[in-house]
Amino acid sequence: MVQRLDVRKLVVTIIMAILGIVFLMPFAWMISASFKVEGDVLTFPIQWIPNTWNAVENYKEVWTGSMPFLLLYWNSIKVTVFTTLTSVMISSLAAYGFAKINFRGRELLFVIVLATFMIPPQTLLVTQFLLYRWIGLYDTHLGLILLNSFSVFGTFMLRQFYLGISNEIIESARMDGAGHFRIFFHIALPLVRPAIATYAILRFIWTWNDFQYPLIFLRTESLYTIQLGVQSFADQHGSIYSLMMAASVSAIIPLLIIFIIGQKHVIEGIQLGGVKG
Amino acid sequence: MKIKLRTKKKKKLNGDPFSGWKENLAGYIFIAPMFIGTSILVLFPIISSFILSFTDWNFVSGYKNASFVGIDNFKRLFGDPLFLKSLKNNIIILLAIPITLFISLSLAAIINKYVYLKDFFKVIYFMPFISSIVAVAVVFQVLFHPTDGPINQFLMSLGVENPPKWIADVSFSLPSVILIMVWTSIGFYLIIYLAGLQNIPKELYEAAQIDGATGWYQFIKITVPLVSPTTFLLLVTGIISSFKIFDLIIVLTNGGPANSTITPVVYLYQQAFIELRTGYASAIALVMFVIILIITYIQFVGQKKWVNY
Repeated sequence: MVQRLDVRKLVVTIIMAILGIVFLMPFAWMISASFKVEGDVLTFPIQWIPNTWNAVENYKEVWTGSMPFLLLYWNSIKVTVFTTLTSVMISSLAAYGFAKINFRGRELLFVIVLATFMIPPQTLLVTQFLLYRWIGLYDTHLGLILLNSFSVFGTFMLRQFYLGISNEIIESARMDGAGHFRIFFHIALPLVRPAIATYAILRFIWTWNDFQYPLIFLRTESLYTIQLGVQSFADQHGSIYSLMMAASVSAIIPLLIIFIIGQKHVIEGIQLGGVKG
Repeated sequence: MKIKLRTKKKKKLNGDPFSGWKENLAGYIFIAPMFIGTSILVLFPIISSFILSFTDWNFVSGYKNASFVGIDNFKRLFGDPLFLKSLKNNIIILLAIPITLFISLSLAAIINKYVYLKDFFKVIYFMPFISSIVAVAVVFQVLFHPTDGPINQFLMSLGVENPPKWIADVSFSLPSVILIMVWTSIGFYLIIYLAGLQNIPKELYEAAQIDGATGWYQFIKITVPLVSPTTFLLLVTGIISSFKIFDLIIVLTNGGPANSTITPVVYLYQQAFIELRTGYASAIALVMFVIILIITYIQFVGQKKWVNY
């Protein structure tokens, strides 16, 4: 069966495409401004393709200047990768426990963990800050990593997937004498790999974008993550818009790459969870 | 002894032959990292926050200078014009939710049925949602520039004599924030709505078409009521997350101009980490916590009245 090209559908597609372009204009403007010499940034009508290119100079200044993005990137990558790894590990262990092990008090403990999801993280900031100063995690990357490592969202989402694994597989492995750790690593984990990928990508994006925790829990400039860097860069270079845009583009690029690679996973994960956290 | 334990457990745990102390231990080991972490980083802080909210304390001055002041913080809070303003602003910000719901549902309905390249459109509208809010806020700071910004230059070229000064104007700053919020969250709502639309049986639309119903009529009479569970979910998460907006406001306006964009979270941040009033900030946190709890409860009770499952 050959589908005929529907004219009405084609017209709507074109209108939607134009709407989409308008929708993404702030990004297009940002990218274009990051390539310009400062004098051309605010000229009107907007030169979408720069008359004078200054891309190399702008990005060089951003990446190696007074607020070197090279270092910020390194910090962000370090924090994001470790947060993602620990969070995936901790969440999938707990999710397996809650889904597949019959231990005493399971329901109650699960309800307690779920209830903490209702608490807005901001209401905890003050005491978390005091706690961190007290135990010496304030102003460290380790502290930052731990803050996002205990995710109720991740535990809940992965638990749904573990529940989908049939109990017979696990029981027959147990008959053969396998312990829960073996089953977890050799049977359960491989089976929920797509869910793990989804959660890992979401966690990566959220951690990369996190601004509030670094703002409150970091003080030393050399430990700053990219979001914090963009903000202080904007404070320092508030009037040099071409540089600010180059900084913004730099902060977004890794997200775009991750998003394009894992697009399906991201969208599925968002639909599944219906929440951010 | 072991066998006895097992049979006892067996009844309780739906015939699972693997139970007993070993099973319990394994369970605790698996959930321990998660549970301990959550206890230390959530349960402990919420309890200590509760205690701190009754003190008049500044964390720099050391524990000795903490004094118990009873409910003074709360009394002061509800007479504090800035806090009341921040609450009012948050209520205004809630306007972003119906606007986003309406735009996203319309877009989702169109994308679901009337366009080619569905996946492509999903990605386009999703882009602002995954982008860093800090970068977005920095970009809009420039776009909204009152005289030289591209938006106002465009408006002036269209013949608008006095375009709004956006984030520099006390009466336009909050609408500007709302505008960016709508822009960034459309993608999220859209994706969830698209999933919701998949669940509506096609026969309903076909039947309506046979009866001669227009596209708009179908949208109002079939689509809107049948996605109401999705709308409800988005409303709940939207209202709760509106209380968490922080990055956008801190980077875009820092609560200004003249506190016109201050929200409870921003106020909490300023009191706790700039004014260093630890006790007072804890009281704000507690009030926010209670507000969110109440909203969640109301929504939970109210959902039965208007959601079609």
